[in-house]
Amino acid sequence: MNREQAYEPVIGLEIHVQLKTRTKMFCGCELSFGDEPNIHTCPRCLGLPGALPVANSQAVHFGIMIGLALGCEIAPRSQFHRKNYFYPDLPKGYQISQYDVPLCTGGRLGDVRIHRVHLEEDAAKLVHVGASGRIHGADRSYVDFNRGGTPLAEIVTEPDLRSAEEAREWLNLLRTTMRAIGVSDVNMEEGSLRCDANVSVRPVGSNELGTKTELKNMNSFRFLAHGVNAEIERQVALLRSGEQVLQETLHFDPASGRLTPLRSKEEAHDYRYFPEPDLVPLLATDEMIAAARAALPELPAARAARFESELGLPGDRARDLAFRPDLASFYEATLAAAAGVDPIQVANWIPQLVERIGSDNPFESSVSPDAFASLVGLVVSKAISRDAGREVLRVLVDEGGDPASVVEREGLGSMSADDSGLAEVVSAAIASDPDAAEKVRGGNMKAAGPLIGYVMRETKGRADGGEVNRLIREQLGL
Amino acid sequence: MSQEILDLTAAALAAAIRAGELDAREVFEVYRGRAAADDLNAYAWVAQAAPGPVAAAAQDLAGVPVAVKDLFCTEGIPSQAGSRILEGYRPPYTATVVQRLADAGAPLLGKTNQDEFAMGSSNETCAFGPVLNPWNRGRVPGGSSGGSAAAVAAGTAPWALGTDTGGSIRQPAAFCGIVGLKPTYGSCSRYGMIAFASSLDQAGPLTRDVTDAALMLRQMVAKDPLDSTSLEHPDQIVLPSRADLTGVRLGVPENLLNVESGFDPGIRRNFEATLAAAEALGASVETCQLPHAPHALAAYYLIAPAEASANLARFDGVRYGLRVNGDLDLDTMYSRTRAAGFGAEVKRRVMLGTYALSSGYYDAYYGTAQRVRTKIAQDFASAFKQFDFIVTPTAPSTAFELGAKSADPLAMYLNDVWTVPMSLAGVPAISIPSGLVDGLPVGFQIAGPAFSENQLLDAAFALEQSIGFDGAPARAEASRG
Repeated sequence: MNREQAYEPVIGLEIHVQLKTRTKMFCGCELSFGDEPNIHTCPRCLGLPGALPVANSQAVHFGIMIGLALGCEIAPRSQFHRKNYFYPDLPKGYQISQYDVPLCTGGRLGDVRIHRVHLEEDAAKLVHVGASGRIHGADRSYVDFNRGGTPLAEIVTEPDLRSAEEAREWLNLLRTTMRAIGVSDVNMEEGSLRCDANVSVRPVGSNELGTKTELKNMNSFRFLAHGVNAEIERQVALLRSGEQVLQETLHFDPASGRLTPLRSKEEAHDYRYFPEPDLVPLLATDEMIAAARAALPELPAARAARFESELGLPGDRARDLAFRPDLASFYEATLAAAAGVDPIQVANWIPQLVERIGSDNPFESSVSPDAFASLVGLVVSKAISRDAGREVLRVLVDEGGDPASVVEREGLGSMSADDSGLAEVVSAAIASDPDAAEKVRGGNMKAAGPLIGYVMRETKGRADGGEVNRLIREQLGL
Repeated sequence: MSQEILDLTAAALAAAIRAGELDAREVFEVYRGRAAADDLNAYAWVAQAAPGPVAAAAQDLAGVPVAVKDLFCTEGIPSQAGSRILEGYRPPYTATVVQRLADAGAPLLGKTNQDEFAMGSSNETCAFGPVLNPWNRGRVPGGSSGGSAAAVAAGTAPWALGTDTGGSIRQPAAFCGIVGLKPTYGSCSRYGMIAFASSLDQAGPLTRDVTDAALMLRQMVAKDPLDSTSLEHPDQIVLPSRADLTGVRLGVPENLLNVESGFDPGIRRNFEATLAAAEALGASVETCQLPHAPHALAAYYLIAPAEASANLARFDGVRYGLRVNGDLDLDTMYSRTRAAGFGAEVKRRVMLGTYALSSGYYDAYYGTAQRVRTKIAQDFASAFKQFDFIVTPTAPSTAFELGAKSADPLAMYLNDVWTVPMSLAGVPAISIPSGLVDGLPVGFQIAGPAFSENQLLDAAFALEQSIGFDGAPARAEASRG
């Protein structure tokens, strides 16, 4: 046993995305969240005797859009299967899903290969009353069928992720992509995005896959990272102590941060898949694929790459913008309004805008792309100082308007070098703090802080920082 | 007046009502009284009163009431499928074909008993007791649509709706001396039909004669947006009128008829006499090849139970029907509920089907059965290049005695040996009465290519006129009893 052996995690994800269709996957009931229980039901989604499923064409359209967005092959003829098991949240005793011929296969998003994407129906929601909070040992369990039959796309990756952090970042890219193409709310808290992870570890350098475990219930980005890290540590500890990893399904408890195995009875399923005889094969025609392709906007990853290559933004900044579709669109509208302004300078002002308006969607604020462009233009041309720019932004957010008039009205125009007023304020600053002035004269430029602060206070931030520095040095004979 | 009403076929009743010679309400009341007094256990439920005033005479079916197999969901009316697990279950909606018949002027007279979930060929698996054959009360009426067949034969209903998965309309029609038609798979909606085997189940008419079958079928066929497997029938169904069979080529699948389990000599003679009658009408009769059809029964008893094992999973005690509590334990609740709610034959098929789909067995059983099914469908397709119709006796025996086969499932299954191949191929087939053997009715089965219902009905009509079978003794017998 090598207690020092280094291990490499191998992680694959299985993601369920609830599709934002108007109605359920196989019936006409409306999708809902948080409504009174069991009001969005019908013979079909309740599994009443004699009721039959009919596939939702909008869900199929969304499924094809997801496949195209992830670069998958779309199967011209795919098949629905029945996945058989008994559970109170599964009214028919089987889930209609796809099995050996899914709608989409292959593909890639970022650095992760996609194994497959298929369509299926969601289970109903169980509410357990009792100490355990789970069905075993519950005093009573209630079923709310409002959610039952909601269309789901299940996205399965290849095991291409190598750390919990990578998994989390990639899941964010996937979520951003799903949101950008408009097929889902992808909200983990509401369950419209759910993620299971398959985790194994192997000695660094090995190409073989270790025994994997399946982690369920990672219903937030934080839990995903915590759960995967906990599982990696657990597996490495087992291997280092000479034990084996058992293939099992683990339930992540976010409260304790612990992973507990599901009862073996719960996982020892033989689902007895067979082709769903109530549905004809799903034919994805060229017209359907063309319609799905036409409905796709530019994808976040492509947009980020374009921001990087065409606008010269650093990768982080490019992704930060591109992964927030409204923000990215506002950014591009600003660039269009501000011909000649450096895209990087505009990008640098975006975080302050977001902080000020408290949202990712400036289109809903009182700041227009034109106004924002002109604000950045004023700062870049040094017509106003950076601090004055912040003040103008505050006014724009609170009251709207045009930056030039705000500058005019509030007297925020820069004091330039030939403005004798600035030189006088610098002299006053030096006079007010002889100690600091002495240190600076001795070569310690860091000691200039209080002097600069004095000037900025006196000029209400209108002074240009570089100019103030230059004047201090000049007046102290440096 | 009552006897006059009972003597008329559904089509004749409709014509008389339209002509103002009969009153729809009176027709309903006569049959309601007959159904309420039924002593064959044919009914699970009988209407308490005629439906509210309707302009029946203006409708296609003119108010002629219909008995409906209990497998069909009927809003607010018990729909129990012959099973304890659905005892007292009242669905919140009505099956498409029942609604179509009602909309065309055929109100619901009653719900008829059946084998539990349509699993049976004798009606003895019904949880509410077997239906008796009106020709001989010691005999079974056939199954699974035995209640519908017995009701029509006994004259407690002018006509009835049934379902056929592997012969469940045709075999009871043969046993009871009436006409039974299984349409092309997909031509009638399955929405609201409690599923046994989804890829095989079809609704169809059980009637006194071929014309009635055409009249009912005409109102049933339609593509239903609620059933993805339903199809637009290329033809409008017309009433049959053909008087001869000139130029019609009949194929007899001899390899299928040579069953080891025995082919009643009386039925063999009746079959040959019927072929002679067809030839006398101008038909040609030759041996045809259905090389894989002898494997149909084996394939059927894998595919149908496999689908049934999933279709019956919804009867879990959670939402409706029977629940036997399990001391706060979910699995115990499931197993107690299903143990108490399902009869032996249903349990046998659920277990067969579960096994056939199990990991490690799927390909050997379900997969092989599906490949055989494809071969059988191809056999029929190539046979129909040479023949207009394929003909067989409907069943290898006449109605057998109650209890005669209940202890031997295989002997029971063999009753379907000539009806199952058409179900697997999805093609339409009709059983018409072709005479009596030892005082019991015998059926002659005619099968045609997909969507050939008009031609099939025409040929059956010509033969029916020639045979001149009189089903009245059954009704007389029933009214005496």
